[in-house]
Amino acid sequence: MNYTKQKSLTYNPSLTRNIGNKALTITSALFAIISVLPLILVISYVLIKGGSYINIDTIILEPEPPGDDLLSAGGIGPAITGTFIMSVIASIISIPVGVGGGIYLAEYSKSGKFAKFIRFGSNVLAGVPSIIAGVFIYAIIVSTKILFGSMFSGIAGGISLSILMVPTIIKTSDEALKLVPNDMRRAAFGVGASKFTMITNITLPAAFSSISTGVLLALARAAGETAPLIFTALFSRYYITSFDDLFYEMGSLSVLIYNFALEPYEAQNQLAWAASFILVVVLLSLNILSRWIGTLGAFSKNKV
Amino acid sequence: MDKASTSKFSLRTRPTSEKLVDVGFKNIVVAMASMVAIVLFSIFVVVYYESTESISRYGLRFLFSSAWNPVTDEYGAFTAIYGTLFTSIASLLIAIPLGVGTAIFITENIIPKYIRNVIGIMVELLAAIPSVVLGLWAVFIMEPFIRPFLNIIYELFGFIPFFGTQPLGAGMMPAILILVVMILPIITSISKDSLNQVPSKLRQAAYGIGASRWTTIFKVIIPAAISGITGGVLLALGRAMGETMAVTMIIGNSNNFSWSIFAPSYTISSMLANQFGEADGSQVSSLMYAALILMILTLLVNVFAQWIVKKLSLKYQ
Repeated sequence: MNYTKQKSLTYNPSLTRNIGNKALTITSALFAIISVLPLILVISYVLIKGGSYINIDTIILEPEPPGDDLLSAGGIGPAITGTFIMSVIASIISIPVGVGGGIYLAEYSKSGKFAKFIRFGSNVLAGVPSIIAGVFIYAIIVSTKILFGSMFSGIAGGISLSILMVPTIIKTSDEALKLVPNDMRRAAFGVGASKFTMITNITLPAAFSSISTGVLLALARAAGETAPLIFTALFSRYYITSFDDLFYEMGSLSVLIYNFALEPYEAQNQLAWAASFILVVVLLSLNILSRWIGTLGAFSKNKV
Repeated sequence: MDKASTSKFSLRTRPTSEKLVDVGFKNIVVAMASMVAIVLFSIFVVVYYESTESISRYGLRFLFSSAWNPVTDEYGAFTAIYGTLFTSIASLLIAIPLGVGTAIFITENIIPKYIRNVIGIMVELLAAIPSVVLGLWAVFIMEPFIRPFLNIIYELFGFIPFFGTQPLGAGMMPAILILVVMILPIITSISKDSLNQVPSKLRQAAYGIGASRWTTIFKVIIPAAISGITGGVLLALGRAMGETMAVTMIIGNSNNFSWSIFAPSYTISSMLANQFGEADGSQVSSLMYAALILMILTLLVNVFAQWIVKKLSLKYQ
């Protein structure tokens, strides 16, 4: 026998390695608690503080100019519709582009040079700061008055949001389509389907739930964005009443929060909290909805 | 030939319309994919074109001067560039241990899987909260709460230039903390994914030769997942540099350079958010120059992130 001392095989808590292990485990648990803390704090403040200012008037009325009436600041109605309209405009632009781009990457050119370049490009575009998207749209649409002479407009705001949505949608469509087994494609070709029929009738439906997850996540991100809107859509205190109003300044929840949080008046600050309540509830619901849809598909990654 | 025509099945030739639809569809999706490249390219061209006036007037001097005077037309972005780099790197230094630690905690079997999943989802939901709401929370709740603590630091360590001014509200420190909150989900979720992808054989082999849990984590699991973790950290850095709203609301927006982290400061994005709306003439061009610098910085970080993921991930495939 080489070893002189018989070591015990039972767990000995006073060994250095076991003490170190315990300490590190506790540290990591502590880090996890610290990481979860901001979410709990932010959500509870927004829900409690914001929720207490929510009533029918706040949801429906138009906001009053700051300082006019110190007791009541009106409501956030136009901002809610504005956020909704600009999200719809952004979706109308970014869903075809994003899903189309994803189809090209996954179905037509899996590893070609151009496809690699586009994948790289969409990753880079995803990393472009959102305020740069705003600056870009300001330079090409707002300052040139290219949209029928209008400057700041809801449409310009929607377009700048769409720039933020496209990379996410391309990426999720690409990945979702790649998860559809090739057997299904071969089977479709085998019974005589053309490539167009194969994509629209076989692979797109199979990947539908994963693609919708990506679209909803992108939408949830865009609807909460402020930076691209502050000099494209600007802000407006009024409801839109006609189609033409799309070409004028448009309010949104996020810009309302930004503007009114920095006002020195209590009433405006309360309105900012109420707007955060609506925004956070809607965005968290969209997020949770998208997670749930993601688990439904036959070939989704998050399948449990 | 004979056989085919007499049997009840016949070969169908593809009608021209079907071919047209096929080719047309392919062209449409190619066009859609190209949009990404076109938009990215035109962002660069437009921002560069708009900033040419300032670039030719100030050149590289713009990067090292902290003058910002619309009256005398004298512009320099040093304060904003310093603020961008300092806030993002400082927030990264706080967020890396927190994020990676959390990721390890929820990928190890320390507590039941159910609770770990809940923690994972909660951290990811944090990413869903809009930056402007975090800014609102930072202005009204977080900053008043931490100010007494910052004051204690100022009174004890005020002789160090980094803590040299009295915290009076908005400033760099609250901005750093809110950036930590914003990039934590990115680091955590990407680290979690790459830790989960480490083959369980590696872990079993380490346990088999007698390594303890944390020896295994530090010597085996983290090195195997390092490409993903580094990629996530770099993406978070890019995000922190470009982050606008929350920072604009809490950093104080002052172009006066100060070493103190309690003093109001600027980042490139908050300068854009603050001034772009009312700017004209050479101020617009100077702001565009600053935007160009921000774009180049984030682009470098993002490209480096993609490169490093590709480079390092081959090792353990």
